[in-house]
Amino acid sequence: MSKKHITATVNGDPAEFLTDPGTTLLDALRDELGLTGSKEGCGSGDCGACSVIVDGRLVCSCLMLAVEAEGRRIETIEGLAHGSELHPLQQKFLEHAALQCGFCTPGLLVASKALLDANPDPTEEEARYWLAGNLCRCTGYDKVIRAVLDAAAEMRQERRVA
Amino acid sequence: MSDVLDRPDAKAGFATVGTRPVRPDGVDKVTGRAAFGADFAMPGQLTGRVKRSPHAHARIVSIDARKALALPGVKAVVTGADFPDLASEIVEGGEAASNMRDMAVNVIARDKVLYEGHAVAAVAAVSAAIAEEALDLIEVKYEPLAHVIDVEAAMASSAPVLHDHIFTDGVDPKPTLPSNIAKRHQFARGDVEAALAAAEVRVEGRYTTKAVHQGYIEPHACVASMSADGQAQIWSSSQGHFMVRAYSAKILGLDISDIRVTPAEIGGGFGGKTVIYLEPLALALSRQAGAPVKMVMSRDEVFRATGPTSGGVIHVRLGATRDGKITAADVELKYQAGAFPGSPVGAACMTALACYDIADFRIVGWDVVTNSPKVAAYRAPGAPATAFGVECAVDELAKKLGVDPIELRIKNGARDGVKAAYGPTFQNIGYIETLEAVKTHPHYALKLGPNQGRGIAAGFWFNVGGESTAACHIGEDGTATVVTGNPDIGGSRASMAIMAAEVLGIPVDNVRPVIADTASIGYSMLTGGSRTTFATGMAVVRAAEKVVGELKRRAAGVWSVPEDQVAWEGGRAVCLDPAKGDVKPLTLKGLAGMSARTGGPISAEVSLNAQGAGPGFGVHLCDVEIDPETGHVKVLRYLVAQDVGRAIHPSYVEGQMQGGAAQGVGWALNEEYVFDADGKMENAGFLDYRVPVASDLPMIDTVMIEVPNPRHPFGAKGVGEVPIVPPLAAVAIAVSEAVGVRMKDLPLSPPKIRAVLDAKAG
Repeated sequence: MSKKHITATVNGDPAEFLTDPGTTLLDALRDELGLTGSKEGCGSGDCGACSVIVDGRLVCSCLMLAVEAEGRRIETIEGLAHGSELHPLQQKFLEHAALQCGFCTPGLLVASKALLDANPDPTEEEARYWLAGNLCRCTGYDKVIRAVLDAAAEMRQERRVA
Repeated sequence: MSDVLDRPDAKAGFATVGTRPVRPDGVDKVTGRAAFGADFAMPGQLTGRVKRSPHAHARIVSIDARKALALPGVKAVVTGADFPDLASEIVEGGEAASNMRDMAVNVIARDKVLYEGHAVAAVAAVSAAIAEEALDLIEVKYEPLAHVIDVEAAMASSAPVLHDHIFTDGVDPKPTLPSNIAKRHQFARGDVEAALAAAEVRVEGRYTTKAVHQGYIEPHACVASMSADGQAQIWSSSQGHFMVRAYSAKILGLDISDIRVTPAEIGGGFGGKTVIYLEPLALALSRQAGAPVKMVMSRDEVFRATGPTSGGVIHVRLGATRDGKITAADVELKYQAGAFPGSPVGAACMTALACYDIADFRIVGWDVVTNSPKVAAYRAPGAPATAFGVECAVDELAKKLGVDPIELRIKNGARDGVKAAYGPTFQNIGYIETLEAVKTHPHYALKLGPNQGRGIAAGFWFNVGGESTAACHIGEDGTATVVTGNPDIGGSRASMAIMAAEVLGIPVDNVRPVIADTASIGYSMLTGGSRTTFATGMAVVRAAEKVVGELKRRAAGVWSVPEDQVAWEGGRAVCLDPAKGDVKPLTLKGLAGMSARTGGPISAEVSLNAQGAGPGFGVHLCDVEIDPETGHVKVLRYLVAQDVGRAIHPSYVEGQMQGGAAQGVGWALNEEYVFDADGKMENAGFLDYRVPVASDLPMIDTVMIEVPNPRHPFGAKGVGEVPIVPPLAAVAIAVSEAVGVRMKDLPLSPPKIRAVLDAKAG
């Protein structure tokens, strides 16, 4: 089977790669583009460790084919920080100790960014339901939710100042 | 909400211990840069895949791999015939012992497959697609055998026998026929039957739990490379790279010095990564193919072929006086071991009554092999299921006596000087303080509404020490590197850096913790049993103290004073000799800068076998609400109180308490292995094997009680295991109160709740 040539925008930069029609976006990101921040925990869309944002929409990259990325704008964990400046979510995850092993963390951060893009002032319940597709086995979610709500508050404050 | 309660006599006044700095590996883990097991790759690597048994129990008649080997792109195929048969040999791990003969056969089957998912062959090919195609071309002929998974069915004399070499240990006389009962454990004191007969109040119950998986989100993964000269390298995610090295060497018949293992970041383990599955296969494939081989499990494989922990039956009888003194306890435990002996029932027996001071007791445990994956350690192995039975029985006793369940536990609770049922006499334990903290917590005073219930339960874990190595190197600019051999599973780099900074008297940011490969640091037992902060932390402290001793010696030389005239204060050498007048202190930076002139590089490595891990106690308080229409249980509030000895980095201690509680809630409410009539797992994925998600849980409040462990330089006790022990009972007691019926069979999934409510409605 011949490979397809795919052109997309990944974390703001032009990207192109060759892929088999059956390859998932997750495998293409990890194996073709070397972006191993997105993780595979299940391969069936149940754990959220592979979360990426495609054209503004949160998706499990293990459930999307790489060929479907043609012409799309893809955001992964590697694009969350601005250069060496961490995104407020990343900073708050560190301050709140919202990670233990850190394997689910990239997916949780990408999903949290999608949440705050859609809803800058989520309640605890809204955050918990939005992140219900991201499994974390270490933390019990307490510190994760606190970090997300704290980051949201800080980002609202920054917007008011700006 | 989080509180830290110090005992009045606890020594505080630390500069760095007890603070909450950002973890040293944090930025890599929030930016996606941290490299976990599957993130490593080598040039020219092949992809390995495993062919697994479709049968729960079958004899392997033949394996024909010729068609697979003929497929273009296939570079190697291995079967059990490629591995040496090992003699029975028990090796101690951090949490549980393993038999090398059994582990070798678990890695790849020989004459029989013992569970669905048991590895029978492995393939390496130039692509995953070709490797998977090759698996289908390997022809395995099986002769299916009757199987047994339920623990009590496996104990029956009519049960199909898994191993003809198992003759029950621990019974007299030794049986003449093989059976599935590998061992009988017993701990007893006094005359339990007489004490039960004399008791004024008695309760009795039979409780059951199902096998549950550790559920780490990162599947097992490794890359192995073996050269033609027999030198091998492994990169893998595990709870101990020295463990990976030792087990791989045994299973392949190699020398330990021929294998170098580099630890990847580990994406959760909880005990499940204290054994190996893939590494020997990848090494054997690499040896045959002459190229590196990468192997990564699917989630389906993780469920079917790794972990889980035992399902079991827990039978409890308690006797007490009318005024609430527990006088007798009889506990019988039957635990599934999976395909090979070695369930955690021994530890379950030892922990069963550890929270209580009871004169007459008997604890009997049965280790039973079943046609399911060989169990692996899971956080406080064995203790949660036992505590489920015992704590529910204690709750029932409290209700029967009409006393507060915390008061009953305080009255009968373990305290300093009490001889534990498993042998030692407790010292420096904080169980009563922990109970008192829950009793006085605002949560305990909250009123419950309709369809709501409250549960309280306690738990115990020994915690372990063991062998560890640490090195401390001072850089030319006065910063420090701390090197250990324990994978960081939940923030241990932060606690190593904190402890070194405390001893050296420098800011924690000036200490860089590193986890070295097996060739770059001395031996360390694996990360497990809640031993790392205690034992490896002790090695770090001793190495840093050695460095401080050397720094003082250097300063004494500079000042031409005896060494005892130099003190180390706040990261500086201070001259105590009054004859020297007002000599300026020498900073670590200053001493590091002149090290070439004073004797060379400043560093130390310490290896030790740490003893005296302080046991841990926890008390959990849980409020639930039942939806009578759906049978769904909502956890409304959850409080974890625990004696933590000394919280080195309090945020990561709280994290252990919260995470353990969440896992226990999943065990209590939803998680279970479901097998069909053929012994095949029906829910081998996260959709059907349902671990708690964010919307299932409330915030989890914590209270850290600090009763320091005198055997650790800063008072640390292990904290990771205890928090999974009480939740099964705490949740079940709360649900029982909400539905008005004692719930004795986990998980308390909606269909079970509905069935009870329907029966009540008649």
